Amino acid sequence: MTNTTLKSTGFYSESPRSGILGWLLSTDHKRIGILYLGCIVAMFLVAMCLGLALRLELIAPGPTIMGPQTYNATFTVHGIIMIFLFIIPSIPAAFGNLVLPIQLGARDVSFPKLNLVSWYCYIIGAILAISAVFSGGGAPDTGWTFYVPFSTQTTTNVNLAVTGALMLGFSSMLTGINFVTTIHRLRAEGMGWGRLPMFVWTLYSTAWIQILATPMLGITLILIVLERVFGAGLFDAARGGDPILYQHLFWIYSHPAVYIMILPGMGVISEIIPTFSRKPLFGYWAMAVSSLTIAFAGSLVWAHHMYASGMSDFAILIFSFLTFIVAIPSAIKIFNWVSTLYKGSIQLAPPMLHSLAFIFNFAIGGLGGLALGAAASDIHLHDTTFVVGHFHYTMFGGTGFAFFAALHYWLPKFTGRMYNHKIAVISWALVFVGFNVTYMAMQAVGVQGMPRRYYDYLPEFQTLNVVSTVGSWVLAVGLIIMFVNLWNGIRRGGLVGQNPWGSATLEWTVPSPPPMENFGEEDPIVTKGPYNYKGVVADEY
Amino acid sequence: MSIEHRDDTGARFGMWLFLYTEVILFSGLFILYAVALAKYPDQFAEASHKLNIYFGTINTIVLLTSSLTIALAITAIQRNKIKQTLTLCIITIVLAVVFLINKYFEWAAEIGHGIYPGSDYLAELGPGITAFFNLYYFTAGLHGVHILIGGTLIAVVAAMIAKGKVTSDRYTLLENSALYWHLVDLVWIFLFPLYYLIL
Repeated sequence: MTNTTLKSTGFYSESPRSGILGWLLSTDHKRIGILYLGCIVAMFLVAMCLGLALRLELIAPGPTIMGPQTYNATFTVHGIIMIFLFIIPSIPAAFGNLVLPIQLGARDVSFPKLNLVSWYCYIIGAILAISAVFSGGGAPDTGWTFYVPFSTQTTTNVNLAVTGALMLGFSSMLTGINFVTTIHRLRAEGMGWGRLPMFVWTLYSTAWIQILATPMLGITLILIVLERVFGAGLFDAARGGDPILYQHLFWIYSHPAVYIMILPGMGVISEIIPTFSRKPLFGYWAMAVSSLTIAFAGSLVWAHHMYASGMSDFAILIFSFLTFIVAIPSAIKIFNWVSTLYKGSIQLAPPMLHSLAFIFNFAIGGLGGLALGAAASDIHLHDTTFVVGHFHYTMFGGTGFAFFAALHYWLPKFTGRMYNHKIAVISWALVFVGFNVTYMAMQAVGVQGMPRRYYDYLPEFQTLNVVSTVGSWVLAVGLIIMFVNLWNGIRRGGLVGQNPWGSATLEWTVPSPPPMENFGEEDPIVTKGPYNYKGVVADEY
Repeated sequence: MSIEHRDDTGARFGMWLFLYTEVILFSGLFILYAVALAKYPDQFAEASHKLNIYFGTINTIVLLTSSLTIALAITAIQRNKIKQTLTLCIITIVLAVVFLINKYFEWAAEIGHGIYPGSDYLAELGPGITAFFNLYYFTAGLHGVHILIGGTLIAVVAAMIAKGKVTSDRYTLLENSALYWHLVDLVWIFLFPLYYLIL
C-alpha cells in the first residue's frame, strides 16, 4: 500500500461544475457510471443482509428470528431489491456506462442528458421501493412476482413498490435506447461490427431486450395499480378477467429479463478470459451471434414458469422445446470460453478467478435450468427450493460473479489504483466455497421436496438447511473481505498505468482514470481487433 | 472544452426505438382484448353497441386532422416559415384539447349511466361486458394520457420555435414530437374500430 497521489485525476477533477452538483448534474458517462455503481453496491449490501436473515430464519424449523409475515416481507423485499435494483442495472447500467463509449472510441453515449434522466429514474424507483417497506400497510409480501389475485388484495404497500418497479423499468428502457443508438451511431473510425469487443455485443443484445420487453412489464404493473385503485376485476375470473393472463404478461417481460441480467455478465467474461489467456477469443462470430440468439430465443420461452398453472399440454410441449433451444447458444458460449483457455498462457489474477468461477457456476445453473425446462421433472421440482437454488446459481453464481470479475477488472482503470491481490484471492475462495455450499444444499433439499417461500419446514429437512445457512455465513464473510479490499484499493492502492492487464480493447489505451471526453483532441482510429494481443504489453504495477 | 456533437439521424433513430416501446406498451392491452374477445364474443358485441359511435367518429376526425397539421408544420419549418409553423403547432394543440373535451363528455355520459370500472351496474351485466368496459376505460385512458403528453411536448417545442432554438436547419425536435404525435394517432386508429366499429 502506498500513499502516493495520482498524477492525473481524469474525470474526477475535470468537470464544468464543481462539488456535489458536478456529480448530480453531470452528463459524463463515466460519472453517471460511478453514480450507478455506488448505488448498486449499496443496494446489493442491503439485500444481502436480508438474504442472510432469511437463511438464519431457516436454520431450524419453526420461528427462530422472525414470524411468517415478516418472513414473507423479507423475501419479497430481498427479491425486489436484488432483481430490480441490483442485477438488472448492475453490469449494463454501471459498467455499460463506464466502459461502452470508450470501447467504441466515442466521447460519450448518444444521449448524455437522457442517460442522466435514467439515473434519476433509478433513484426515484429506489426511493419508492424502499419507502414501500416503511409506509402504508407494511412491506409488500407478495414475492417479487406480484402474482394476482394476492397482489390486488393484500393490504400491504404493493402500490408504492409496483410504482417503484415501473420507474426502474423506465430507467432500464431508456438505457437500452441510449446504448443501441450509441452502438449504431458512435463507433470510431475503423470500429466495424467485426471489431466490437464482445462486451459491446452482449450489451447490444441486452439493450434490444430492454427496449422490446420492458414496456410489457410497464403495462403489467400499471394494470396492477389500476386494479388496486378501481377494483375493476381485470384479473378476476368472476368478472371477465383472467388471473393466468397476468402470469403470461408478467413473464413475457420477466423471462427475457433474466437475459438482461446474464448477457452482459457473459460479455464481461468474454473480455477477461482472452486477456488472461493471452489468446484471441475463440469463435468471435459464434459468440456474437449466440448473444443475439439468446436474446431472441429467450423472448419466446416465458411460459416455462407456468407449467403448473393449468396450461394445455400442447402449450407446455412447445414452451419446453423452445426452452431447450436456449441451451444451445448458452452452451456455445461455455465451449468457446473453454476453447479460449485451451493452450493459453493463463494468469490466475483475481478477475480471471471470478470468471472461471462464473463458468463453473453457470454450467451448474444452466443444467439445472434444463431439469426445470423439462415438463416431467418440473412438475416435481416446481415451487421447491431447487428453483431458488437454480436461479441463484445463474443470477448470483453467474451475473454476481461476473459483476465481481468486472469490479476487479475495471476498477483499477477507473480509479487508477490497484487492490491487494492476495486478499482478493482469499476473498474469492471464500465467496466461491460459501456460494456453492449455500446453494447446492438449497438445491438438494429442494429435490427432497422442501417448498420455497416457507418459513417453517419438516424436521427431516434440517441438516441440509443448516449446511446452507452455514454456507451463507462463509459467503458473507468472503463478500465483506472482498468489498473492504476493493475499498482500500480505491483509497490507498498502488498506482496503475493505463494497461495493467495487457488488454487490447480501447479503454486500456487511455489514462487511468480516463480524462473527460476520453480521447483528448483527436478521435481514435481503430486498426486492429479487440483480442489482437500482438505487441500489447501489460504495465507493471 | 466540450466538443460540439450533433447527430440528427441518431436522434431520430432513438425516437423510433422509443416508439417501439410505446407500441409494446399498448400491445399488452390489445392482448388482453384479444383473449377476452375470444372468450366472450357475444357480450363484447352487446357492450360495443352501448358506446356512442358519434363521439368516436368525431374524435377520429379530430385526431387525423391534427396529424395532418403537425406534418404540415414540419414542411413549414423546412421552408423557414416560422409564423406558419407556430400556427400549425397551435392548431394541433387545440385539436388535442378538443379531443380530450370530447372524451370528457363521452365518459361523463357513460359514468352517468353507471358504466365505469368496478361499478355495481357493470357487475350485474355479467363478466363479458365488464371485461369490455374495463379494457375500454384503461386503453382509452392510457391513450388519453399520451394525448396529454404529446400535446405538452408540442407546446414546449412551439415555445422553442418562438424563441429561435428550433430553426429551419435544426428541427429534429419538432420532427420527433411529430413522430410521437403520429404514434398517438395510430394507436387511436386501432382503438376506434376495435371498440366502436367492428363488433
